[in-house]
Amino acid sequence: MSLSRDLLVRTLRTPDAISGYALRDWDILVRQARAAGLLARLGHRLREQGLSEAIPMQARWHFEAAETLAAKQYTAVCWELKQIRAALAGFDSPLIVLKGAAYVAARLPAAAGRLFNDIDILVPRDALPRVETSLMLAGWHATGLSEYDKRYYRRWMHEIPPMRHVRRETVIDVHHAILPDTARYHPDSAKLRARAVAVEDMPGIQVLAAEDRILHSATHLFHDGELPHGLRDLTDLDLLLREAAADNDFWPRLIARADELQLGRSLFYALRYVRHFLATPVPDKVMTAVDAFSPGRATLALMDGIFTRVLAPDHASSADLLTPAARLAAFVRAHWLRMPPHLLIPHLARKAVVREGKT
Amino acid sequence: MRLQQLSTGELRRQLAGAGLWIRTGPFSHRVQSRIPFVMEGLAELYGQFEVSGADEAFADFHVAVNPPASLRRWLRPQAAFSFDGVQPFKPLPRDQAFPMLEWGLNWCVSTQAHQYLIIHAAVVEKNGQAAILPAPPGSGKSTLTAGLVLSGWRLLSDELALVDRKTGLIQPLPRPVSLKNKSIEVMRRFAPEVFINRPSHDTVKGTVAHMRPPDDSVRRQHEPARPGWVIFPRWEAGAPVALTPRSRAQTFMFLAQNAFNYSHLGADGFRVGTALIDRTTCYDFHYSQLHEAVAAFDRLADSTRPD
Repeated sequence: MSLSRDLLVRTLRTPDAISGYALRDWDILVRQARAAGLLARLGHRLREQGLSEAIPMQARWHFEAAETLAAKQYTAVCWELKQIRAALAGFDSPLIVLKGAAYVAARLPAAAGRLFNDIDILVPRDALPRVETSLMLAGWHATGLSEYDKRYYRRWMHEIPPMRHVRRETVIDVHHAILPDTARYHPDSAKLRARAVAVEDMPGIQVLAAEDRILHSATHLFHDGELPHGLRDLTDLDLLLREAAADNDFWPRLIARADELQLGRSLFYALRYVRHFLATPVPDKVMTAVDAFSPGRATLALMDGIFTRVLAPDHASSADLLTPAARLAAFVRAHWLRMPPHLLIPHLARKAVVREGKT
Repeated sequence: MRLQQLSTGELRRQLAGAGLWIRTGPFSHRVQSRIPFVMEGLAELYGQFEVSGADEAFADFHVAVNPPASLRRWLRPQAAFSFDGVQPFKPLPRDQAFPMLEWGLNWCVSTQAHQYLIIHAAVVEKNGQAAILPAPPGSGKSTLTAGLVLSGWRLLSDELALVDRKTGLIQPLPRPVSLKNKSIEVMRRFAPEVFINRPSHDTVKGTVAHMRPPDDSVRRQHEPARPGWVIFPRWEAGAPVALTPRSRAQTFMFLAQNAFNYSHLGADGFRVGTALIDRTTCYDFHYSQLHEAVAAFDRLADSTRPD
């Protein structure tokens, strides 16, 4: 069926449509949702809309099992945040949590049915050595990266190598900024920290302000080369935007903040593609305003070619002939944005050689 | 339709094409493979399983075992397992292609099917009561399981005890029984009529072969069983059979540690696990002679026969 390529995306946009799905469609839908890391979120969405009964018996357990895992991860993230807070008790500044764990801490709709790989935190750069030592004392250790990768992280990245807990195996990413030092744009982390907000019931834990959360999510998505969960991250953005848009002057605030943090281009792409994929209600006048951040017409056409492919589920049924080229282009583009050429070329060359050697 | 009703040509065509649709216990699979050993294993061991049905348009697990796309294949033939395009394991020598399918299918269940509490244990049933046999490798669990199912016990699973979280009953998954090293010969002597497929040598578990599940167990694969006992078998050279009661608390702890998804289920894992322990009696079991072990299990089943 030619319509099956964007089945998951269409289902996220119009969940009601499932009542017309044949068993063959469910076969594809479950597979696309699993590949995109969206089984639990879709299950949650269908349940919320009172559509669970419309899922055929054969397919139902896949959603329920994924939601079971998501529910357990939700509890685990809450608990883990308390452990991290306790490990960093000696710090006067609050612990700022980013991305998925922040949505859980702030009890946002974007937390529902979300699956986690790690917990991201943001600390001031000068506190990094002390934070790392404290986390090590509490049982988190640098993961088994190669010496090259470790050096690469420390010298060029906006985070230190991921730390894994020896017993619980949870992974923390400690960031000091939201983009690498070498990147084209340098949003000032101090500005982000200055506007962070406290969350209920979790003393000492803060999350970024609504606009900053969205800008961070967008920046992350449009600077990341591998995008294994591009569509999942796009649904995060969709949920964050819908929730924040309830506030009266949200949209002008978002645009002004993007400009201030030099993240306008990422916001432009984010709004363009959440509308394209998920029909997120972004007012037309907002779209007109962010046009100021748009790249030229030719670049935009190229980006559309890339992002409409790489943000689709990473599943054979969603791919076309150009998908592999689009994924490669996104990878190169992300690195291009993150590093100047004199660093990028040796880095990619090394990665290519090491990758060959492994197979 | 059963797999044995497919001609060899038809089976090959389906496996090499869109994949063979096959149901095992509560799960449906679409299996794709161009490797002859995989087709041979399926033909020899899965003859009684349903291969097409009303639900055929949907499959729970889309799996493939095929030569990997690397240069290595010219040096040394290999096989790679993939779950809907994702390879969870490194490729293995081609000679292990069929066991790799078995391990891959187990992996699909143990990482996805959280509607069950999944314990690493064999399960057999007689007179309506299931015996759960958890045990570390080398304890003789598979040999005992094979011996019991060749002596009138029903096979529910040799590897994955699926405890239904809603009913507390054990869901059968009567796939072929994996036999390792010496137990392959032991089973051939115990039941000369049994079918055991071609062994794969030098696997991570040593030499591995699979025994065809009894027809009756496959026919009753949709019939859940009530958990009756949790029995820890231990093979010991020269030991007389001995069935000794065992602490329920310790047994619970062991089951929780040996469940694939206990921690994924959160509080519900505890509820399901304790409910299971509450309705079973727990034993340690020592044996050296397989026929004596079977006789001891028969006595146990007869003594606690429900009216």
